[in-house]
Amino acid sequence: MESLVARAGWWLVALLAAVVMFANALDTGFAVHMAIFALAALSGLVISLRGANYKLASAGFKPAVDPSRYDDDLIRWGVILTTFWGCVGFLVGLFIALQLAFPVLNLGIEYTTFGRLRPLHTSAVIFAFGGTALVSTSFYIVQRTCRTRLALPSLARFVFWGYQLFIVLAATGYVMGVTQGKEYAEPEWYVDLWLTAVWVAYLAVFVMTLVKRSEPHIYVANWFFLSFILTVALLHLVNNANMPVSLFGSLSYPLWAGVQGALVQWWYGHNAVGFFLTAGFLAMMYYFVPKQSGRPIFSYRLSIVHFWSLIFLYIWAGPHHLHYTALPDWAQTLGMVFSVMLWMPSWGGMINGLMTLNGAWDKVRTDPIIRMMVFSLAFYGMSTFEGPMMSIKSVNSLSHYTDWTIGHVHSGALGWNGMITFSAIYYLAPRLWNRTRMYSLRMINWHFWLATLGIVLYASSMWVTGIMEGLMWREYGADGYLVNSFAETVAAKFPMYLLRAFGGVLYLSGALIMAFNVWQTIAGNLRQETPLRSADHDPARDVPLAAVPAE
Amino acid sequence: MSGHSTYETLRHFADSWGLAAMVLTFLALCFWPFRPGARNDNEAAANLIFAEDSHGDDDNGEQ
Repeated sequence: MESLVARAGWWLVALLAAVVMFANALDTGFAVHMAIFALAALSGLVISLRGANYKLASAGFKPAVDPSRYDDDLIRWGVILTTFWGCVGFLVGLFIALQLAFPVLNLGIEYTTFGRLRPLHTSAVIFAFGGTALVSTSFYIVQRTCRTRLALPSLARFVFWGYQLFIVLAATGYVMGVTQGKEYAEPEWYVDLWLTAVWVAYLAVFVMTLVKRSEPHIYVANWFFLSFILTVALLHLVNNANMPVSLFGSLSYPLWAGVQGALVQWWYGHNAVGFFLTAGFLAMMYYFVPKQSGRPIFSYRLSIVHFWSLIFLYIWAGPHHLHYTALPDWAQTLGMVFSVMLWMPSWGGMINGLMTLNGAWDKVRTDPIIRMMVFSLAFYGMSTFEGPMMSIKSVNSLSHYTDWTIGHVHSGALGWNGMITFSAIYYLAPRLWNRTRMYSLRMINWHFWLATLGIVLYASSMWVTGIMEGLMWREYGADGYLVNSFAETVAAKFPMYLLRAFGGVLYLSGALIMAFNVWQTIAGNLRQETPLRSADHDPARDVPLAAVPAE
Repeated sequence: MSGHSTYETLRHFADSWGLAAMVLTFLALCFWPFRPGARNDNEAAANLIFAEDSHGDDDNGEQ
């Protein structure tokens, strides 16, 4: 009972603090965000008071925890919210792709301009879809591989819902124009502080669960998750070292200026790719691929070499985002060399994942989830080859600032991160809701083909438009003047932009099919369908035609 | 110590002892799973995920 009162008291303090901040707000964005904080605190208060079992609490009982079950409530929410944020992120992405083709879709309102919606898209996909998937799969995997329940269950709930609050604050901020203007680090100082609190709690939950494990060995997936959590904490703190103008306003100024600021930003930006989008998702890969195929990872040794190589190499690769800028030349070269070196461990990891299926390749034909995993590994390999290549200075002089970069990011995000997350969702949903299988395996197959076709259209149209644009920008005439104006390069890209948007339509439809499939699975339905399998074999008919004696 | 010499000192440390220490640590970590007798440990670690108990509903009969 005392703990219930204390918890309600804390919610009330948070609510009051948010209301005071709201009342003193200097700008609209800050006021809206404090109102969101207040609403979150209020719903926390209501839920903790209404959800309490007063009869048991007054008798001095604590709510019963079944130690024979894993703590999966958050992961169920995680599957639902990952699906939801995925659909939102892809939809906004499709909309801004269409805005690039048809500028009239900016609608003439500040809130719907490309500049406001673009960070909404990137953050919805990376931090909302990807981040929710990472938090929930890490909670799932760390419990299974340590064979213990989550340590600090209340803190784990704070992590999960606090992270969702961060997503809502970030998303609403972008639309209102509250931004630091740093790519992938747009949220302002108070949202950054909130995320810091959530992230420290995340680290505590994860490490304490590892500490109370019942397995002596810490499975390699957890190494990747731990490096993801630690490095993101470090990156977030350094890149967001900002001084707010006022405690009641959203505006802040960064500690780093000029080229130092640029280097810190891209040290952050590239390691967000390396540790958020790579290490974290590799952790999923190292658990779900062996589990779904029923075979141990091809080489556990290789996975450890893969891990340490990523850790030691990735952190230096950031300067390749600043080729031919004011950054010292040696730093640019350092970034390029480390990026090229990264190719090898990345391919080691890809081969490790693919070879896990050695001897079970037939499952690519019969199991659409395995097919998704193979595809995602193939795209991991593709984009970790393309990335080092684009980081080479002479290639970068053609590719930088063009749509090729956009294509590269999307073959990584849609192909690798998207597909491994979809397969994780398809793996988790039947297990978490105790169903025999997903509602429909054929729909997974549909999803696979729609997503594949979407990615292929997206990546190839961006290659064409990126290289075309790069060549047009650098074309000089005989008189020494540039041949093309910028507007001409934009006009030339129009057909490719339509093709890209169509790829987006396909990818989004695949995700909507997944949402329906997950919804039906949760509802407990099973679709009656012809199973996916190989061609029939009837041994009785598999015999030579008996010779009929002549009459 | 002036700003310039701090930079010089750190730079020299970074491309000599610092670099050597990083490379050696990296190599030691990478060769650790290849040490003699580690084969069984690696095999056990790789198969650890199949020993888990998923409340008995893990085998959901899908192909």
